[in-house]
Amino acid sequence: MEHLIELKDVYKIYQMGEETVHALDGVDITIDQGEFVAIVGSSGSGKSTAMNIIGCLDVPTSGSYHLGGVDVSTMDDDQQAEIRNKMLGFIFQQYNLIPKLTVQENVELPLLYAGVSAAERRERASRSLKRVGLESKGKNLPSQLSGGQQQRVSIARALAGDPSVILADEPTGALDSRTGREVLGFLKKLNREGDTVVLITHDNSIAVKADRIVRLQDGRIIYDGDAHDPRAVVQPHDGEEEEAEV
Amino acid sequence: MNFEQSFRLAIKSLTTSKMRALLTMLGIIIGVGAVIVILSLGNGLTGMVQQQVDKMGINMIQVNIWGRGDGVMPDPQDMYDLVEENPDVLSGVSPYVSVNAVVRHGNDKYDRTSLYGVSEIMYNSAQNCTLDGETLEKGRFISYLDVERREAVCVIGAYLEQEAFGGDALGKQLSINGRSFTVIGVLKRNADLEMLPGSRDDQIYLPYETAMEVIGSRWVNFYICTSTTGETADAAKHVIGSWLNGFFQVEDGEWSEWVVQTMAEQANQINAMMGVAMGVLVAIAAISLLVGGIGIMNIMLVSVTERTREIGVRKSLGAKRRDIRSQFVIEAGTTSAIGGLLGIALGYLLAKGIGALLGGMLSQQMGGAVFDATPTLGAIALSFGVSVGIGVLFGYLPANKAAKLNPIDALRYD
Repeated sequence: MEHLIELKDVYKIYQMGEETVHALDGVDITIDQGEFVAIVGSSGSGKSTAMNIIGCLDVPTSGSYHLGGVDVSTMDDDQQAEIRNKMLGFIFQQYNLIPKLTVQENVELPLLYAGVSAAERRERASRSLKRVGLESKGKNLPSQLSGGQQQRVSIARALAGDPSVILADEPTGALDSRTGREVLGFLKKLNREGDTVVLITHDNSIAVKADRIVRLQDGRIIYDGDAHDPRAVVQPHDGEEEEAEV
Repeated sequence: MNFEQSFRLAIKSLTTSKMRALLTMLGIIIGVGAVIVILSLGNGLTGMVQQQVDKMGINMIQVNIWGRGDGVMPDPQDMYDLVEENPDVLSGVSPYVSVNAVVRHGNDKYDRTSLYGVSEIMYNSAQNCTLDGETLEKGRFISYLDVERREAVCVIGAYLEQEAFGGDALGKQLSINGRSFTVIGVLKRNADLEMLPGSRDDQIYLPYETAMEVIGSRWVNFYICTSTTGETADAAKHVIGSWLNGFFQVEDGEWSEWVVQTMAEQANQINAMMGVAMGVLVAIAAISLLVGGIGIMNIMLVSVTERTREIGVRKSLGAKRRDIRSQFVIEAGTTSAIGGLLGIALGYLLAKGIGALLGGMLSQQMGGAVFDATPTLGAIALSFGVSVGIGVLFGYLPANKAAKLNPIDALRYD
């Protein structure tokens, strides 16, 4: 069957002065519709690069990336923008709401870029806000909401365009642990309702909320499997190369 | 990208930092304001010239003859004959001798009054008005006998009657260069003009032979002619010109003994001169618009840097390059458009103020014509268009910079 996300032998190589850095060093990941996957790794492991490539914000140096059966690894800026708009919903650590727009307008943004009519935008954004329980806050500015509420707005924004994949980059990083748990619970709920969620984090305790963990170290996958397997949460420095072969 | 949202966003950015917005727009405000003031004043002046032309009549032709200085000059009778021989194009002619003289009545001196020596032909009794468009209120006009006998009589304007004689001048005396003249007629007031010293209501007609005595001249240098209609003015000019060429036996045309000018030509000449002057002034004002545009570009570059993260977010949500570009271009355009509107308002008020101050002075010099310094709709539309254009033009570079930002770098930007 066709996978929703399929990275094949992906390399990302940066030239930093004299040095060449292999941010991704031959990575294969496949994610199917309806999965809840956490991509885990310490800083410098390549997880951010992986997230950028999965999120169509960047293209691999070599290898291929198929999203929904379409090769997106050779697309230009504007084509990628369209893919991001249609297929991906981003949730960022810093919420990244636009401070001058109201909550409602923030949620409408992806629909605006998709060329959806004003009436439908309003309708779909309201529905999305209702899903995160903030339907009454549409007219507020982001700064009038708490951190947890802002993150829920950003989730509503990610959901508004009915994306195939929700990509959450350290979604709890800026929240206290209780609100963080709430947000995670929420992502889990979305996943139960059928959304595919990809979570990027450095924090094992968060990663284990997912069903599956992909652990990266030095640009390679060192574990890919059930989140409840004890080996999934082995600290990177303990890990051996062979674990990547699972 | 949606125009309406970009526009609202631009208004929001402007209103949240008013001081910065005002300073950004200042160059545009000053530039547009200056252009509006210049165009308004120019418009007012053109209007005055037009009023003058309308008053005098577009069928008026001025003939200025100075000859070769050898005493060979056409006689007024020659000119009368010329008109009679060409009834299809010419309808009248009169000597028009400008007299520089001091007018006194009792102890009062009227030194702004214009005096002209004319013949009886100046007054067309059929149409009850003079060749230059004045009508008689009371009394009579200068007659053939007045001219022949060099009578010391005169027809005065309404202003003079009011000021010097308290409204009852007929048969009374006034002094021109010390010589006593009897008032035989009074002209009707020009209702659409202000009664001011030096205006068209402040003038005196006297028999031209008498006038030449007063100024000590032997020849009539200046005639005022009328063509049958405005359309025949050019043909009439041609007739007079050919006749004068014949009279002076002009062969090479190197030395000109005369100049014939229709009213339309005069107006065109004045308008062309004003057009050049206005063009220069507008060009200077345009420098301010240029500086204003650079100011907008500068602020937009700052704004792009400040909002790098926002640009990253928008891109991550699917904004294409042209979405981002048009957002910033619209923002720059909106800023300068509002600057333009403020500039138009400022310019309008300034033009009105300057117009009110200058109006009275100019009115006196231009024979009481009304000075109305209002910008034309065209001028307003042009300035507005130019200011929007400047915003778009100078906003393009920063907008393009924003459009080309890499989303990863932009998202990571603090």
